[in-house]
Amino acid sequence: MNRKQTMHRLLGYLKDNWILLALSCVVTVVANTLALYGPKLTGYAIDAIGGVHQVDFERVFHYCFLMAVVYGLSSLLTYLLQIFLLQVSKQVTYRMRREVFEHLQQLPVSYFDRNQTGDIVSRISYDIDTINTSLSSDILQLVTGVFTVVGSLVMMLTIAPVLVLIFVFTVPITLMFARYRMIKVKPLFRRRSRKLGELNGFTEEMLSGSKTIKAYGQEETMIGKYDQRNQDASESYYQADYEGSVMGPSVNFVNNLSLSLISMFGAMLFLMGRISLGNISSFVMYSRKFSGPINETANIITELQTAASAAERVFRLLDEAPEPPDRPEAQPLSHPQGQVELDHVSFSYVPQREILHDLSLIARPGQVVAIVGPTGAGKTTIINLLMRFYDVDSGTIRVDGSSVPDLTRESLRRAYTMVLQDTWLFEGTIAENVAYAREEATMDEIIEVCRKAHIHDFIETLPQGYQTVLTDDGVNISKGQKQLLTIARAMLSHARMLILDEATSNVDSRTEMAIQDAMLELMKGRTCFVIAHRLSTIKNADTILVLKEGRIIESGTHQQLLEAGGFYARLFNSQFEG
Amino acid sequence: MRLLKRYLRPLVKDMAIGLGMKALAALMVLLLPYLLAYVIDTIVPMKDMRLILAFGIGMIVISVIGWIFDIRANRIASRVARDAIVRIRHDLFDKTIRLSCRRADEFTIPSLESRLTSDTYHVHRMIGMIQRMGVRAPILLLGGIGVTLLMEPVLALVMIATLPLITVLVVVKATRGIPMFTRVQKAQDRMISVVRENAQGVRVIKALSKADHEKRRYEKVNTELVEEELRANSRMAAINPLMNLLMNLGLVGVILVGAWRVSGGLSETGKIIAFTNYFTIITNAMMSISRIFVMLSKGLASADRIEEVLQTEDEMKIIPSEPAATDAIIEFDHVSFSYLGVRDNVQDISFRLKEGQTLGIIGATGSGKTTILQLLLRFYDADSGTIRIHGQDIRSLDPKQLRQQTGIVMQNDFIFQDTVRENIAFGRYADEALLQEATQIAQASFIDQLCGRYDYRLNSKGTNLSGGQRQRIFLSRAFLNNPKILLLDDSSSALDYQTDARLRQAIGTHFAHTAKIIVAQRVSSIMHADEILLLDHGRIVARGTHEQLMNTSEVYASISDSQMGGALLE
Repeated sequence: MNRKQTMHRLLGYLKDNWILLALSCVVTVVANTLALYGPKLTGYAIDAIGGVHQVDFERVFHYCFLMAVVYGLSSLLTYLLQIFLLQVSKQVTYRMRREVFEHLQQLPVSYFDRNQTGDIVSRISYDIDTINTSLSSDILQLVTGVFTVVGSLVMMLTIAPVLVLIFVFTVPITLMFARYRMIKVKPLFRRRSRKLGELNGFTEEMLSGSKTIKAYGQEETMIGKYDQRNQDASESYYQADYEGSVMGPSVNFVNNLSLSLISMFGAMLFLMGRISLGNISSFVMYSRKFSGPINETANIITELQTAASAAERVFRLLDEAPEPPDRPEAQPLSHPQGQVELDHVSFSYVPQREILHDLSLIARPGQVVAIVGPTGAGKTTIINLLMRFYDVDSGTIRVDGSSVPDLTRESLRRAYTMVLQDTWLFEGTIAENVAYAREEATMDEIIEVCRKAHIHDFIETLPQGYQTVLTDDGVNISKGQKQLLTIARAMLSHARMLILDEATSNVDSRTEMAIQDAMLELMKGRTCFVIAHRLSTIKNADTILVLKEGRIIESGTHQQLLEAGGFYARLFNSQFEG
Repeated sequence: MRLLKRYLRPLVKDMAIGLGMKALAALMVLLLPYLLAYVIDTIVPMKDMRLILAFGIGMIVISVIGWIFDIRANRIASRVARDAIVRIRHDLFDKTIRLSCRRADEFTIPSLESRLTSDTYHVHRMIGMIQRMGVRAPILLLGGIGVTLLMEPVLALVMIATLPLITVLVVVKATRGIPMFTRVQKAQDRMISVVRENAQGVRVIKALSKADHEKRRYEKVNTELVEEELRANSRMAAINPLMNLLMNLGLVGVILVGAWRVSGGLSETGKIIAFTNYFTIITNAMMSISRIFVMLSKGLASADRIEEVLQTEDEMKIIPSEPAATDAIIEFDHVSFSYLGVRDNVQDISFRLKEGQTLGIIGATGSGKTTILQLLLRFYDADSGTIRIHGQDIRSLDPKQLRQQTGIVMQNDFIFQDTVRENIAFGRYADEALLQEATQIAQASFIDQLCGRYDYRLNSKGTNLSGGQRQRIFLSRAFLNNPKILLLDDSSSALDYQTDARLRQAIGTHFAHTAKIIVAQRVSSIMHADEILLLDHGRIVARGTHEQLMNTSEVYASISDSQMGGALLE
């Protein structure tokens, strides 16, 4: 997507608000015409003053009154204009944020696996904010700027065309200078932000590891590394400032130069009787109005560039391919029995790096299938495929005999409930978090599952009980307790298939024992897929699959596998070695 | 303020030069409209073209001088800001990284981080900005008022009359605006929080088909946010038009009064023209000053927050004491400790560990396992009781000396963005052979498969490694320089049983003379220890070898059975 297309698409967002925008344009034109008329009136008033005993008071009053009216109206209109534009920008940001969020809901899980949360967040907040500021203020500035420049030029031409020649000389200087500076300064500023980002990243990293650094007594080493980055960042900042600080004074200089030239030539023209004193005054005022926007051009262009880059980042997200829609003939999975089959399934996240090779398994309704194996063997990948977070490369997955692509995703996923290693809770009350799986659940049901998950007593000790809002920094709730809440959540669901991926990894052994009954009840009547490091959790499984490098190398019950004396038996016995 | 004084003092000479130039440049700007008035009122009536030309060129020369001085001064200002901030950041980081854990807990890590990042940034910007505008704006304001008063006192007073009005307007609006923008910020945080939750919980949300529910949730925070934004910005929208109006009405006043004064022969037209120019200069200066105040208040608040850290006193002192003769390497003698002073997090802990011995610690989360290790490393001082290493009270040792003989893996240990080599060496000497040895013991053979092996770059937090791989990097780090004391806190929880067993064997052979403390959730990790402590709510509830505990402690036995499937093996 190039810049032009980006801008075009960006303008598309303004289309809905064209009435307000058209109104804004009208208001802008009127407000600026009035503002432009002001200096002219000032000039007339000054001319009416003339000299000692020559003052035409009636005319002076007349023009002063007009000035007051004109400036008053112009201010009022400017205010109105801002209000209009705020309305527009409110609607545009609202729509953009909503579109991005709704698109996020449609993106496949792989997108979230590939992109950092911080990056996604910065697109929906900072990037959209940047676009918004630019849309409302820069476009307005651009419109008024053009109008002011043309307007004051016309006014100056009516007053003294000869004096306008001064600008033929100064304006190109300003523009060329601004352009030249921009080319020179831009990479310096980019470098400055990058270096500062690196410094901050390093700081964050070191603080998170401060205990380790202490433990190894490596404070000095890390301070040394920090100093290097600190020097770098400060120096880049200085370099950018060194070059950047030329701009402001230079713009002032050109203004002063124009003023000097106008005074000089204006005085000469006055002597030749070609211009009045009031005219010189108006001309000076117009010249200030005229050069203002021209001096600002560089700034506005930079801001528009920033906005365009931000827009590109947002559009890239919006253009990200959503999860492909369900096939038109796809049927919802109704009353699932819980028969799950993997038939010669192969899968890779990245082409050419296959994670699962030709994998087959059958789980009958109510069976417990445990998957064990070393890290990286592909255990979690199987879960990703079962839930259809990813689609297989070859082979078929069948639920109750129907191939998974023939079922709607929603109904397939609803047939599962799961407890994962990474507990996920949102900012809301404990009750809301538990009831997330089934919103219609009653309070009694919620309390019952919490009791079973051995978390009820803890919740009761909180001042607000089940109405306690969970926040990142609010209540002190441990990782283990969070996991118990997700277990309670899973218990509330009626789904026929259950996935436990290291479901009790954060729960200490004693609590784990205490909730064992609850876990058994959770598993009862459901087809279960269990991934666990602790072999005790899986030894009662109906089938244990030993996965190694993406292949099932052994399968059977705990007893059978021990007797076979293979990989599993070695794995099991190794816990007694020391 | 104290902070600025201290760090800017060495730079005073540079600053003085810069500010002097700035003042000169500002005076040049003030001179121009004065000359304009002089040309119109005095030179023009003389009808001398040559004189007009001379004055014109004079004005241009003044502009050029102002231009050069201004740039010069700006550059000096940037340099001063750079020199000051490099030292402030260095000192702050130095202090922060050495801060005792208790003090760091009080500040909290996020707060320390924001002091190091955004507060130093604000201070940096402030130092630069104050030098660039802090002199220029007041000189333009006061100078402008001064010159106009000299030129035409009555007209000047008419003009000055509008300034308090403008000031009041800006101050009132700005103060009213602050709480509104705070609300915008809060609404923004809520919106971001929903997005973040959705990105992190995508699997759960998709599994439960809650997309519509989430959309409704987002709809609410999004609407709130735009409403708050609109409210706050509408409030601010009135400032500029009102300010413009006041300025222009002041100008009308000047012309009206001027007309009357000129008529009475008390003033001249050229002066009125000059006034219109000074008017712009003065109001621009006013706006700059109000911007300076905003920046100053932000910057000073930041400076205070930095100063607060720099002035923190360390509560950990080295207390000399005589070593006692003992064969124990580590000794805890009735140690109790509380983080917050409310409830003891560990209570009456005693144990002795001789050369080559292993201590296993097991217990529920929050039972005080990690606290024992933190006390041993003197991250915190015990409230009562004594901890000795080689018979020496650890409070009498230089913490650095104490820590350098230990190898440690902590729970949630950290990996920083650098090569595997740097992460293992961690600032210490490490040649290929040493690395090879350490990684071999740690069962980290996966490193050989990484592209570039020890030069493979790790992401921040080690996100390009699996949990088990990360733990083996931590272990390699702990093993690197043959520690006398080895502390492993939950360091093999992500390893499969087989790797864990091989690791235990390797530790046994390589660190036969090292005192080891192993904290674990798995019984298998500690069952071969010389002594095992079972902790509950900070107290030792059972102790002994695995065999002893199996017989004496019901809790221990049941934990063991549940994990090992004991019944099955009977």
